[in-house]
Amino acid sequence: MVINMREQLAELKERALAAIENADSIKSLEDVKVAFLGKKGELTTVLKQMGKLTAEERPVIGQIANQVREEFENTYSVKINDLKNSDILKRLETEKIDITLPGTRLKSCSRHPLNIVLDEIKEIFTSMGYTMVYGPEVEETRYVFDLLNTPEGHPARDEQDTFYIDDKTILRTQTSSVQIRTMMSQKPPIAVISPGRVYRCDEVDSTHSPIFHQCEGLVVDKGLTFGDLKGTLETFFKRLYGNDIKLRFRPHQFPYTEPSAEVDLSCFKCGGKGCRFCKGEGWIEMLGCGMVHPQVLRNCGVEPEEYTSFAFGMGIERITLMRYEIDDMRLLYENDMRFLRQF
Amino acid sequence: MNLSLNWLNDYVNTEEILLPKLISGLTMSGSKVEKSRDLSEPLSKIVIGKVTEIKKHENSDKLWICKVNIGETDVQIVTGAQNVFEGAVIPVVLDGGTVINRQDGSVTKIKKGKLRGAVSNGMLCSPDEIGMDRSDFPNADEDGILILNKEDGIEAVEIGSDALEFFGLNDTVIEFEITNNRADCLAVTGLAREVAATFDLPLEIPEPQFKGCSGDINAEVSVTVENKQLCSRYMAGLVKNVKIKPSPRWLTARLKAQGVRPINNIVDITNYVMLEYGYPLHAFDKRYVGGGGITVRNAKQDEEITLLDGNTVSLDSDILVIADKNKPVAVAGVMGGEYSGVSEDTDTVVFEAACFDGVSVRRAAKKIGRRTESSSRFEKSLNPANVKTALLRALQLVEELGCGEVCISVIDCANYIETEKRVPHDYKAVNSFLGTDIPENEQINIFKRLELGYDDNNKQVIVPSFRADINLPCDLAEEVARIYGYDKIESTLPRLGNNANVSVFESYTQKLVSVLTAQGCCECITYSFVSPKMNAIAPNSDNPVALKNPFGEETSVMRTSMIASVLKVVVNNINAGNSEARLFEIGRVYGQGKESDVLCIGLYGKDESFFTLKGIVQEIAGCFKIDISTSVKRYTEMPFHPGRAAHFDYIKFGELSPIVLRDYGISERVYIAEIVLEELFNHHCRSGGKTIYTPIPRFPAAVRDLSLVCDDETESGAIVSIVKGGCRRFLESVEFFDVFKGGNLEDGKKSLSYKLTFRKPDGTLTDEEVDTAVKQILGKLEENNIKLRR
Repeated sequence: MVINMREQLAELKERALAAIENADSIKSLEDVKVAFLGKKGELTTVLKQMGKLTAEERPVIGQIANQVREEFENTYSVKINDLKNSDILKRLETEKIDITLPGTRLKSCSRHPLNIVLDEIKEIFTSMGYTMVYGPEVEETRYVFDLLNTPEGHPARDEQDTFYIDDKTILRTQTSSVQIRTMMSQKPPIAVISPGRVYRCDEVDSTHSPIFHQCEGLVVDKGLTFGDLKGTLETFFKRLYGNDIKLRFRPHQFPYTEPSAEVDLSCFKCGGKGCRFCKGEGWIEMLGCGMVHPQVLRNCGVEPEEYTSFAFGMGIERITLMRYEIDDMRLLYENDMRFLRQF
Repeated sequence: MNLSLNWLNDYVNTEEILLPKLISGLTMSGSKVEKSRDLSEPLSKIVIGKVTEIKKHENSDKLWICKVNIGETDVQIVTGAQNVFEGAVIPVVLDGGTVINRQDGSVTKIKKGKLRGAVSNGMLCSPDEIGMDRSDFPNADEDGILILNKEDGIEAVEIGSDALEFFGLNDTVIEFEITNNRADCLAVTGLAREVAATFDLPLEIPEPQFKGCSGDINAEVSVTVENKQLCSRYMAGLVKNVKIKPSPRWLTARLKAQGVRPINNIVDITNYVMLEYGYPLHAFDKRYVGGGGITVRNAKQDEEITLLDGNTVSLDSDILVIADKNKPVAVAGVMGGEYSGVSEDTDTVVFEAACFDGVSVRRAAKKIGRRTESSSRFEKSLNPANVKTALLRALQLVEELGCGEVCISVIDCANYIETEKRVPHDYKAVNSFLGTDIPENEQINIFKRLELGYDDNNKQVIVPSFRADINLPCDLAEEVARIYGYDKIESTLPRLGNNANVSVFESYTQKLVSVLTAQGCCECITYSFVSPKMNAIAPNSDNPVALKNPFGEETSVMRTSMIASVLKVVVNNINAGNSEARLFEIGRVYGQGKESDVLCIGLYGKDESFFTLKGIVQEIAGCFKIDISTSVKRYTEMPFHPGRAAHFDYIKFGELSPIVLRDYGISERVYIAEIVLEELFNHHCRSGGKTIYTPIPRFPAAVRDLSLVCDDETESGAIVSIVKGGCRRFLESVEFFDVFKGGNLEDGKKSLSYKLTFRKPDGTLTDEEVDTAVKQILGKLEENNIKLRR
């Protein structure tokens, strides 16, 4: 009896597994399950014979039967998963699309390259503790020239070819006027940058424009040094261009600063070896700066015995043209969509 | 300013310093080098040779076979030059040497070879082959090779020596950018001083002096300075029995290296001294100034002078002139008159060395349109103390060059008080200003290197006359810093007070830009000046700020609105063939005495309409918590299409009138919006400006769609107001979704459809509640002759 049941179970298992294997749809697989494990299923039928066994035989056969059921269910669940997936896989096959067709986009937008650069500059200085200040572009000559040690008749006044509104009013040639106004209206400590438009009578060509943008900076406090000016600009340019950039402070002259310097940056293209981009010099002139002249401070009501001050000014166009390797300044103001969309 | 290294080496020996080091050292101490040029380039292997034998070429009528001595050896050279003769001294380029091709100016390498069977080991040169022309050799033949036998100084030249040296081409010229405050560096001696200080080398600038012949200049010339303010010193020297001739080669070579054309010995001397000491001189022929004497005065109004260059200019009473009895003979410090200078037959010369006021010279130069080497130096304000050195140097050169007899006495009209300028030096203050730790003796040593005097007892720098730029302690700090080296000063960061703030304007503008770019707009930047005609298309464009000196009509007024600027960008893009654009600019407009920031948007293209523009405007307003959807009013002013434009306080937007666009040849529809930012931002701030969370509704909404029929003229805004007014309790929103005309509708009628959403905050609405609300609304609509569509 025992032997008979063992054989019966073994044979049953073999058949059941083969039936699972052969099932080709979820429906037929479920039929197989019912045929073996259902109330009237074959395994159930076999198990009903258990009663005929002896007390010693029963657990032995029971264990075998449980193993058969377990194996059946395991094999069944693997198979049913396969069948379910294969349905989805078949559907996926029919849903294939041409992924090289263009995507659906909203209208593309862009910022003007000058403002991309200016925003970056503002952000760096803001994080360094500077406040942005603005002032009029149609400006009185005293704020642009006289209070900056450039009285009428001064050669530097001629160098900045000026658009006049009347004898006392001009289009500002530099944003230094805003710094003057700031010093006259605020008490130190002061740390400001003044970005904005400036105007010079330069005929339009690939490197000149009668309107361009500057960002000047001014710090007034007790005990500021020339070393502080150097450190400030080094920090700024390393943030703007990365840590590999090198700065060269070269003595220069401006009527409103003493000592004054021009700052050259190591060439972005060749890293300082000299190339066509930097005209073989390895350096690119970037900015003018210096310690604010004591007379300028006095003109603005700041006592030079008590406070020192440094200032700097850079052209946004120059930085922009270099960054994007734009070879003609006119493109910046023509605003052709084919140009604008590139940024 | 150009600098010849040969000349520089007269005062400071730089032979040990390699050129790149010289250039970078000077650049870093404040004399920026623009470029340098080796004057011998591209010539090489050219020597002075002497023809010792000459015979006809057997196979040619035109060629000569020459035996040329080049020092220790002789070489055979075949030449086609017909002016060659036995004993001729000639520049010879040897095998492997380079010269300039006469035809095309290219560099030609000369190789040993055979000419019709005869060996030729080089070439006899003509002037153009060595980069010069015949005017450099006034005694040379007009054609053929360069015969040097008659040249000055050739006797002393060794045969076989480097010809380039004889021509003064063994030199390097460095070009400097000199800053405005350093007029002293527009001179070889000034640059020599900088070189000596930078490299800590000994400097020797000899005091000029001349021997002089007996005689009293006052017996021959008188000088009257009428305007002592503009002429602080006027000196004159006299040279008799002048022999006008070309200057010696060493002198012309130096002038040419500096970029000055040699004229004759007297004129060259004035130029030489100007280049050497930075002080412009003038030489008059005494015939033109002798009679009535020299007067330094202001020109009379409309007085005329014919200048050296042959042009006549009109003067005014602000211009200082040098005059004889009757008329001006020179514009002081700028340019001489045509008939006052030296010429071939000049016998007696008056040298003028004077100090004219810088501002006055600059104005005069500007007024007569002649900016000269002279005026550009005077305008940097020269020191009267240095006038004498310049004059003495000129007179010394006259003697050295044998140009004539120098009268021992000179005239000196000095109208200034010589003062000693002292600047206190506090080395600790210098250090705390620079952020350095440079010992006192090192600082003092820097001053000494710069030839500045130092008073040890009083700790004062005594500023010499040539350094007009040093006046204050900060000027001393600069001198210390630049010679010590800017690059050696340690970089530090100042500790800034933590009071940086980003203004409301700034942060709102950033927000605005995000909204605009999210709407697919591209940012543009335009000029702030436009033509008056373009400006006038916008409202309130009367009386714009006008430029006195614009480039032209196109850019002559400051815009009072940005519409013209953005329209121009639109027009440019249409003309460039770009099919569509969404543009914006945040810029300024300029009223009389007031500037404001404005946003302007411009759209065109097949997808654009009044409503796409309105969508963008609504999005902007919405981002600032301002609802303009029903509060806009129709706007019928130019430059807009009267049926398709709207405004809301500080916002104007709509389609541009085709009448405006016609002027630009544009047939596309263009949409423009202009928003005054200050008012937008203020409005936002006034309305609280804060976002407060509203709870998400917990109870379901009830929705009803209504299709209404009304007159064609009725505006949706009015209907929405009525609907909202009809039910204040449960109505949550009214959304327009369709407009329909025609079909079974009567003529002159249209149908508008809305989705109405009702909700109760504290429970679910029943159908009855909603029906009652709709009934109330319909009732209100009926009163206004708006009916439900059946």
